[in-house]
Amino acid sequence: MDFKDTPEEAAYRQQVREWLAANAPKKREGEPDPLGESSDGLAASKAWQAKKAAAGYACITWPKEWGGQGGNPIQQVIFGQEESAYPTPGNPFQIGLGMCVPTVMTFADEDTKKRFVGPAIRGEEIWCQLFSEPSGGSDVAGARTRAERAPDGSGDWIINGQKVWTTGAQFSDFGIVICRTNPDAPKHKGMTMFWIDMKDPGVEVRPIHQMSGGSGFNEVFFTDLRVKDSQRLGAVDDGWRVSLVTLMNERLAVGGASGAGWSAFLESARQTPGLDGGAAIKDQALREKLADWYVQAEGLKHTRNRTMTALSKGETPGPESSIGKIISAVQMQELANSAVEMLDQYGIINDPSLAPLRGAFQASLMSAPGMRIAGGTDEILRNIIAERVLGLPGDIRVDKDVAFKDLPTGR
Amino acid sequence: MNFDFSDDQKFLKNEARKFLEAQCPTSRVRKVLDEDAKSYDEDLWKAVGEQGWLGAAIPEEYNGLGLGRLELCVIAEELGRAVAPIPFASTVYFLAEAIMLAGSEEQKAYLLPRIAAGEVIGAMAVSEGPGVTTASTLQATVEGGKLNGVKLPVTDGDIANVALVLAKENGKPGLYLADLTDPSATCEALKTLDPTRDAARLTFKDAPVRRLGEAGQGFELLEQINDRAAVLLAFEQCGGADRCLEMAKSYALERYAFGRVIGSYQAIKHKLADIYVKNELARSNAYYGAWALNTDAPELPVAASAARIAGSEAYWFASKENIQTHGGIGFTWEMDCHLHYRRSRQLSLVAGAPRVWKERLVSQLERRNAAA
Repeated sequence: MDFKDTPEEAAYRQQVREWLAANAPKKREGEPDPLGESSDGLAASKAWQAKKAAAGYACITWPKEWGGQGGNPIQQVIFGQEESAYPTPGNPFQIGLGMCVPTVMTFADEDTKKRFVGPAIRGEEIWCQLFSEPSGGSDVAGARTRAERAPDGSGDWIINGQKVWTTGAQFSDFGIVICRTNPDAPKHKGMTMFWIDMKDPGVEVRPIHQMSGGSGFNEVFFTDLRVKDSQRLGAVDDGWRVSLVTLMNERLAVGGASGAGWSAFLESARQTPGLDGGAAIKDQALREKLADWYVQAEGLKHTRNRTMTALSKGETPGPESSIGKIISAVQMQELANSAVEMLDQYGIINDPSLAPLRGAFQASLMSAPGMRIAGGTDEILRNIIAERVLGLPGDIRVDKDVAFKDLPTGR
Repeated sequence: MNFDFSDDQKFLKNEARKFLEAQCPTSRVRKVLDEDAKSYDEDLWKAVGEQGWLGAAIPEEYNGLGLGRLELCVIAEELGRAVAPIPFASTVYFLAEAIMLAGSEEQKAYLLPRIAAGEVIGAMAVSEGPGVTTASTLQATVEGGKLNGVKLPVTDGDIANVALVLAKENGKPGLYLADLTDPSATCEALKTLDPTRDAARLTFKDAPVRRLGEAGQGFELLEQINDRAAVLLAFEQCGGADRCLEMAKSYALERYAFGRVIGSYQAIKHKLADIYVKNELARSNAYYGAWALNTDAPELPVAASAARIAGSEAYWFASKENIQTHGGIGFTWEMDCHLHYRRSRQLSLVAGAPRVWKERLVSQLERRNAAA
């Protein structure tokens, strides 16, 4: 038991380090940015992606013929570790390369693959995933967006409806969208997947104003959007099976919650006056919480180390890797709230020029509710653990064998 | 990255499980629970000795197997899973580790081979009453090599023949080895929350003792011993907590209510998922503790604290929610649920309660933060 690289891993790490030193932006000097705001805009992201792609680092595990390196998952992890030491621009390609393009690669014809894979890996074109709808987030198979055959006999499809919580739709070039094609069939058996051009006039993207103030997500409206039958991914009415291929990677793509953690809390507690004039860190109640958060964070860190070990040995990681977001999102919220309450009346101030750590805890507090929902709610993740890890039965489905059009819908 | 046990260690773990399933079914644990006169399972203790487990981490020059601490960790996990009613922790995690850590050559040569041979049962005599024992509350004294004082509770104190006792000599706290077969030491068994792991009140009247380690270093040494024991206890806690999850899961899959198995209700599914999450966090922390223990890393105090806190939380949560999942039947004496509920209390308290470890952990994090 140790944390050392195997000789092959060490050699790969060295190669990555040399490449990053020669090609990445200069390492950060001095204070790390507590919010990790390293994005310099889309142009910088695209330029960095192109550099990585040219060197084979954009999609390390993909086959060489598709622009990858033919590498293994541990090499991907090593690159990520080394890259994180540099202030590289944001990565708007993750959803496309992690979820959409693999779906295209699995279900599209050769010409389509040739057309899209290269530009996507080089960061020239960005993809988004259009699954969630106002009527169903956790219940993806409840999609109501309709795709109907064009009446002109061309075989084209006409799409009408609305998607929501679409990350990056505002700058995406293409997307994959799951649509209802047969409302007379049960919900899982009447959906079809298509790829679409996000710049088509039949597509309208509106940003969602989040409770945190930001607008990272969008609503996407389709009005008589016409797509060719050749844009279909998988068979007609077989979209659910296609979507499973896409979603297989979602939990990996969403990852854990970040934000200000236990060490930021400790730092802040040492500098904030507490109950009797001493520092807040002397407060026993806060000390116990701090210990719990540290133990959780360490537990997750070493769970990742266990996962990495499995990858390093060429094994499939065990189910333990599924616990990350359940713990980290809730901790992010609780820790941020305790940090804000520690400031007493001052905690209500949400001005980065006045709040400790430039308002990192206030920012965390306001984005944490989203973390507990995105990429699988706390509740859905518990279902997944209970059903897929522990083997407990799925819920009784009242909607399973009923025609989609006959399902009760509520509001 | 190789953050896992080796194939050999996994093989040992598997063998240990098979051995304990045969030698330590809960019917054997219950004999110790139900019979007041029975303080531990002597046959199992003997069998465990024959397996070489008592000397697993003791060097070969002292007649041990000379394996590492990682081997001890996998054995500990299986003992925890089996709720083994034997003084393994007192003898191996505390006494043997203490001797190997701070013993003189003479003490090592005398005690380690006897521990490996199963001739010694150890006991850790620190507590003297309610609350945390500190330098200011410590009453037991040593003068001219003679110990006077009362210690309670001392886990396995009623069956041990060697105790490691915290006492003051000239006002300086130290750790002292006492021979409990000497008439100067008397013992009285105590009723405890976990009768499968007995405890006693030990009274020393001019008992001849030998100091372990430096004078005045009692608490420092005790912390080091507790760090080592905490990692091994964390593995017992992981083993117990995983067993609770298995019990809860299998009951949830066979028990029907309102026309369906209770494991199909989200209230139960989410409860079991929460147990799983805590168990995995405990396991990952325990692994890190194992690494630190095995390599004697400077991170050991922090790693051991985290392992102990996570292990205590996981076993407590799993043991109480296992009873809850079982419903009324889980509250009966006949069901095994309470064996784990009891053992989870014993393991959480024996090397100091989680509250104490949380304080220790945060103090160390503070120092690290201040130094950075």
